[in-house]
Amino acid sequence: MISYGQHHFPGKLFVVEGTDGSGKSTQLALLHQWLKSEGYPVFFSEWNSSPLVKDTTRRAKKRRLFTPTTFSLLHATDFADRTERDIIPPLKAGAVVLADRYIYTAFARDVARGCDRSWVRDLYRFAVRPAVAFFFRAPLDVAIDRIVSGRPALKYYEAGLDMNWADDPEESFKIFQGRILEEYDRMVGEFGLTVIDATRSIERQQREVRRIVMRHLAERSEAA
Amino acid sequence: MREPTFYGTPLPGAGREPLSGKLIVVEGTDGVGRSTHTALLRSWLEARGHAVIDTGMTRSVLAGRGIKEAKAGTTLGRLTMQLFYATDFADRLENEMLPALRAGFVVLTDRYIYSAIARAVVRGVDPRWIRAIYGIALVPDLILYLRASRAEELVTRVLSSGRKFDYWESGMDLNLGADFYDSFVAYQTRLLREFDRMSEEYGFRTVDASRTVRRVASDLRRAVARVLDVEAEEEDEEEALTSDPGPRTPDFYNG
Repeated sequence: MISYGQHHFPGKLFVVEGTDGSGKSTQLALLHQWLKSEGYPVFFSEWNSSPLVKDTTRRAKKRRLFTPTTFSLLHATDFADRTERDIIPPLKAGAVVLADRYIYTAFARDVARGCDRSWVRDLYRFAVRPAVAFFFRAPLDVAIDRIVSGRPALKYYEAGLDMNWADDPEESFKIFQGRILEEYDRMVGEFGLTVIDATRSIERQQREVRRIVMRHLAERSEAA
Repeated sequence: MREPTFYGTPLPGAGREPLSGKLIVVEGTDGVGRSTHTALLRSWLEARGHAVIDTGMTRSVLAGRGIKEAKAGTTLGRLTMQLFYATDFADRLENEMLPALRAGFVVLTDRYIYSAIARAVVRGVDPRWIRAIYGIALVPDLILYLRASRAEELVTRVLSSGRKFDYWESGMDLNLGADFYDSFVAYQTRLLREFDRMSEEYGFRTVDASRTVRRVASDLRRAVARVLDVEAEEEDEEEALTSDPGPRTPDFYNG
């Protein structure tokens, strides 16, 4: 088993992170289109997408079977399958791999739910360290407005209702997202996340993202 | 009554509520007779008036079905498998074992974290990583290790029980042998080595499983009786077990 930071692959991994409503998925989709048009072999992988695990996750959410620990472990299981199936093989093949949410999402959410910080980090030690982890940082009220206005109802775990912080889903969601944002801020230095100001225009953010990605891809072609 | 002790980082919400029940683990490789002896222990305990629940790997409400489905296919990766098992374990620990122990039940579990660790380590997973994950596990009151001395012994038992060789029990994912027999022997030999290594580390009570069911059962009952402070059966006195310190927390978890 190779640990975080110890993998060496010809491909490059770029990930986007941020609270719900930070606009990170939009940015990743734009980056994806652009890299494809530039002729790069691109592979896209998203959170909660393992074919082996998704039925279990869906059922557990519906029947509210999760505790903070099992929520954490099942998401790590899903992520392990993504790593073994969607991330390592394309990186070995020299592709550009784009991931919508990565281990930092788990660190933020699980710790916000009360899991031990170092236990959760240990859990994900097998993860490949990304070339760049973008953190789309939006102030809490902006992100919450985007989510609450864009969606019919907040889901049980999404709103953190399992934690009994508040009875009102919107109130609970705010508390949860606040804790998550605190964890992200703490990780900026710990993991060297690249902070993108998510309050600026989509175009400006995308220009910055492309510039940073390009720098890493140029490095790669020089080395080859 | 005791305060719960965990190998490493306790589960959030596990609390310090005292446990009046006892956690008894039956461990051992495939085909060594674990299920037979778990069943015998259960009826013996119940006949003596103990409330017993039993549990075992992949029996969780949360992940049991998912693991079985994943194992039926051909795409289950090594790390994914370990974490799926850990999810199953945590669900049973939080929703079955701990509540039953708080309520004073005897919890009898067919396998615990040691099988999961052995299987992970023989698959090349970092031993420290898998132990860190299972740091959430409660230290049991007694770990009974049914020990077979050779893997060949297990083959005979598996075959005479009418079961066929199982893909995962034979370690076929590891490409260790030309056929099921060779692979089973090679895989189970490695598992036995891991169990022996853990025996000291975790404080297993080792019971020689190559003897008759009756003799093994009588040893197990005596060890359980000591933990539960009940009268042991008087038979087979000459095999009285020497005292031992019982389960312990390996240094690994303390730093």
